[in-house]
Amino acid sequence: MKDEVVLEMKNVNKTFPGVKALTDVSFKLRKGEVNALMGENGAGKSTLIKVLTGVKDYEMDSGEVRIEGNPVVIKSPQDAQRKGISTVYQEVNLCSNLTVAENLYADREPMKFGLIDWKTMNRKSQELLSSLDINIDVTKVLSNYSIAMQQMVAIARAVDMDCKVLILDEPTSSLDDQEVEKLFMLMERLKKQGVGIVFVTHFLEQVYRIAEHITVLRNGTLVGEYETKNLPRVDLVAKMMGKSFDDLAEIKSEGGSTKKDEVILEAKGLGHKGTIKPFDLVLHKGEVIGLAGLLGSGRSELVRSIYGADKADEGELDFKGKKLLIGAPIDAIKNGMAYLPEDRKEEGIIADLSVRENIIIALQARRGMFKLISRKEQEEFADKYIKEIQIKTASRETPIKQLSGGNQQKVIIARWLLTNPDFLILDEPTRGIDVGTKTEIQKLVLKLASDGMTVMFISSEIEEMIRTCSRMLIMRDGRKVGELGEQEIDQMNIMKAIAGGNE
Amino acid sequence: MKKFKDIDTNKFLLAITIVMFFVMYIAGMIIFNKQGFAKPQVFLNLFVNNAGLIVIATSMTMVMIIGGIDISVGSLVAMDCMILGDLMMNKNWGAWASMLFVLFIGIIYGSVQGFLISYLNIQPFIITLAGMFFGRGMTAVISTQMISITNETFSAIAQKKITIPLFGTMNKHGKMMYPFIYPSVIIALVILVVMFVVLKYTKFGRSIYAIGGNEQSAMLMGLNVKKTKFFVYVLDGFLASIGGILFCMNTMAGFVEQAKGFEMDAIAGAVIGGTLLTGGVGNVFGSLFGCMIRGTIESFISFQGTLSSWWVRITIALLLTFFIVLQSIFQKVKAKN
Amino acid sequence: MNNKGFSLKDLTKKRLFMPIACLVVVLLINLIKTPDFFNISINNGVLYGYIIDVINRGSELAILAIGMTLVASSSGGTDISVGAIAAVAAAVITNILSGGTDSVSEFHAPLAVAILAGLLVAVLCGMWNGFLVASLKIQPMVATLILYTAGRGIAQLITRGQITYIRVDAYKVIGSQFGHNPVPAPIYVAIFMIVVAALFLKYTAFGLYVQTVGINAKAARLVGLNPVKIQFLCYMICGLMAGIAGVIYSSRIYSCDANNIGLNVEMDAILAVALGGNSLAGGKFSLPGSLIGAYTIQALTTSLYAMGVSSDQLPVYKAIVVVIIVSLQSPELYKLIKHHKKTGAEKKNLIKEAVQS
Repeated sequence: MKDEVVLEMKNVNKTFPGVKALTDVSFKLRKGEVNALMGENGAGKSTLIKVLTGVKDYEMDSGEVRIEGNPVVIKSPQDAQRKGISTVYQEVNLCSNLTVAENLYADREPMKFGLIDWKTMNRKSQELLSSLDINIDVTKVLSNYSIAMQQMVAIARAVDMDCKVLILDEPTSSLDDQEVEKLFMLMERLKKQGVGIVFVTHFLEQVYRIAEHITVLRNGTLVGEYETKNLPRVDLVAKMMGKSFDDLAEIKSEGGSTKKDEVILEAKGLGHKGTIKPFDLVLHKGEVIGLAGLLGSGRSELVRSIYGADKADEGELDFKGKKLLIGAPIDAIKNGMAYLPEDRKEEGIIADLSVRENIIIALQARRGMFKLISRKEQEEFADKYIKEIQIKTASRETPIKQLSGGNQQKVIIARWLLTNPDFLILDEPTRGIDVGTKTEIQKLVLKLASDGMTVMFISSEIEEMIRTCSRMLIMRDGRKVGELGEQEIDQMNIMKAIAGGNE
Repeated sequence: MKKFKDIDTNKFLLAITIVMFFVMYIAGMIIFNKQGFAKPQVFLNLFVNNAGLIVIATSMTMVMIIGGIDISVGSLVAMDCMILGDLMMNKNWGAWASMLFVLFIGIIYGSVQGFLISYLNIQPFIITLAGMFFGRGMTAVISTQMISITNETFSAIAQKKITIPLFGTMNKHGKMMYPFIYPSVIIALVILVVMFVVLKYTKFGRSIYAIGGNEQSAMLMGLNVKKTKFFVYVLDGFLASIGGILFCMNTMAGFVEQAKGFEMDAIAGAVIGGTLLTGGVGNVFGSLFGCMIRGTIESFISFQGTLSSWWVRITIALLLTFFIVLQSIFQKVKAKN
Repeated sequence: MNNKGFSLKDLTKKRLFMPIACLVVVLLINLIKTPDFFNISINNGVLYGYIIDVINRGSELAILAIGMTLVASSSGGTDISVGAIAAVAAAVITNILSGGTDSVSEFHAPLAVAILAGLLVAVLCGMWNGFLVASLKIQPMVATLILYTAGRGIAQLITRGQITYIRVDAYKVIGSQFGHNPVPAPIYVAIFMIVVAALFLKYTAFGLYVQTVGINAKAARLVGLNPVKIQFLCYMICGLMAGIAGVIYSSRIYSCDANNIGLNVEMDAILAVALGGNSLAGGKFSLPGSLIGAYTIQALTTSLYAMGVSSDQLPVYKAIVVVIIVSLQSPELYKLIKHHKKTGAEKKNLIKEAVQS
């Protein structure tokens, strides 16, 4: 019984134009177990799940899916549900304007005389939830309940639709400890009923509490499947972070950022409710500070609160010796900060505008509407950076959306370099771009620092942080949990700090 | 007893509307007591004068619940009235045949708009704006002159008094006068109840709420989003034509300028009655109260006597703004929690 | 088959292709149906002829199109209250000039003061729309629907339900001609506004800001722009343009008819923007496109008049044009056609197989 495989994916391949998203990935889930699917950004977790649940445009190129040994083809998420695979997302995929009962029985409502039988529906819902030990009023509108409760309702719906495989996609990201505990109790109960659970999360703590197996993906390939009890935390982090084998070893000696004493930024008790707990921070001129932590650890949230992208709601900030009140990003820009956001597509590029316009927009915003940068100057600026950081584009008038990811990222870096900032924040600047461009960006960071710029660098790749950073801050669960000086920065120390715990 | 924090904001909005209606009506009875505002007939006239609007606001509520909007209804009503007039008066059609034809036109109108909105995924605003201009223009194509309807059958249906043997009053000649309504009121109320049942007790109705709440989720739950949207607009066209016929029974005429701004009255009725502009929430009985508030304002202005009738429109616009702002504030508060 | 679709797509990608093509088609049809369409003569010292009429009558529309273009680009919505705002502005101006009576033969207040007041009220209307859309995040069409319906009511209240006549020659200038200059004055006003707008867009970063906000408001905020302020400004400018159009409308008839000034013009302005190759869902815009679009629409209107269509019936044709344009802009249409072709081909294959077996 324990070893009965309920779901098996074999040698799954998936290519998007220009990107190989999954290469020969295999995955196995046994009845009544929790298998944690882990990996950093771009590892291929979400692609794998989308392929499995038949999301549009995610049909696999090759490979095989078997449910209880029988090969199946899954055409759509609905089809997946019919075949026994249900998914509960972090953003609850229910209708929060309907009652709990309706959400449980939407599209399969009990009918009487051709009309919906609300009484039966409510009674059955109440029974279903009580059987799972969830005690809420099913006649109330779903939005009255917390996200945690809504997720449990979603799980209950899945269970009632006879699911054999339950995929929980980062269900705990926005839950507090108590809520997580409740969710785990529900998961234990489902395990006993023989449901196989795929658990996607970034929280190591939780994985070690509930999962029997851990499957690690990296860069679209399978690193391996391990028994939780035989895999120490540090090993897990190492497997997730991996080691880049690109030949970059010489960079550091070349640039070698040295710490200077002049303080440029000091944060005292800065925080943003719900995302980042109050933190203190001191940065010096000309240093490269790495911000390490797993996805969801608060590393992006920390820099966003400094830059004013999410306005800090407590604490204070001194920048260049002056107390700063940042209400919106423009205040940060005017004082010499720059921020390359994590989500290039949603928050970085202005898709339909040309490379030239994308480069000058921040400087233009800083100068103000009436001090237009002349066309000639704009072209000079654009040409300068296209040459200097080697942006590959047909012309400076090409819409940025036609460039490759790496070149789009370079355009955004150019946009900020043009404003000549004292403090540059780079949030995952090298994600999803080719090795060559990665190296270029790393070199650029070191050069900027040696010219006196302070750079904050966030990356999921430990190797590149080790090479570029002179100091590292470690984040975990929305908290700044540690700091490593230049001498302490090495793979082992970082992973230990990120993993936490006692191992 | 529910605790205050348990009351959900949508019900709270609706409660404001109902209280507002009664406060306004009672205020009217006090201010215009001499002119006879307190008479039961004045109350019934709220229904008599607004039968068409009630049906259209009901339909608008449905469209807004699914997250859409329809600003073509005013023009469609004008076109319906004109077609009725033209068929009965110039083409010698029978009353019933003319009415059936108008209902058919409504379905066609709804189908075209529904197809463009759901299957071509074009903003409902643009499409129904075009629909609004098309309808008004077609009305003028049929006739730029006013057509008065004197068809006997139609008049008989329109003006059949149904007395209510309660709250009678003596008139000057010592005759007992009972308050009355017309068949149009009964039709409007029947449609209101039917739509309530459809929205609350059928899969179609619940799909409308689900789609308005979260289209993505609705699709994952296995609902057919495009088809449901399409049929909502078809039904909307049909109901708007019923509204048009009831409206015509009130005016007994067709002319180009008729029912101008009707779309805003219907939208205001729905929004004041607690329908969210963002979709997913709404109740046809709330919209009934929305319409009655509009009716009450209209009565105020006619009882007052000296104010221009334009004040009705301006007051409604202000009220609509007030409720929109209220919704917006509630949503911001909710998002913060 | 495939090849043709591709080249058509390439051609239509050129920004000004659509408006120019439409303008040419409209003019060609006229050349055939109404040959005297292109005749120009001088009557009573004014240029006269259909084509002059198009340029003259198109003045207000061109001015409105400037505002509508900005609104559509920055907020992905349209302002349907422009006609009503024009009426309000005209009502304010005539009411100040007439001092509250229905017909006057001399000004009761300086003309400049009256016009400034009218424009100020129009700007306030625009700010109201901007507040609802940019600050309260209400869908643009619902927000502007409020003034669309209430605006004419307000105008009626200002004119007390009367048509106010200003029988003073100085008031007729803007709507007729400057001195003995044969070119109608509205054309000069339109050219002036277009030049001002073009210079403003050329020498400030406003156009870039508007497009950035329209394409990606989140990114716009992170590069230091204030999307709320920029959208608000667009609606304000749109209000001002509506006010200027209102001045011309009113001067043409030296009166204010609150019910009819700028009637149905919102549809024309939206059409001009869409026809100009601008997406009504926001983003990049082309002012020349919108302007060509505006004159194309006016040419269409004038041609329909020339063919004997009454003004009440015009909206029918324009509604059809709108539906065609937005349908062509819809990516879903091409998916549907593709799907249809595919299933058609599959059926053919099935038949083939059946025949072969």
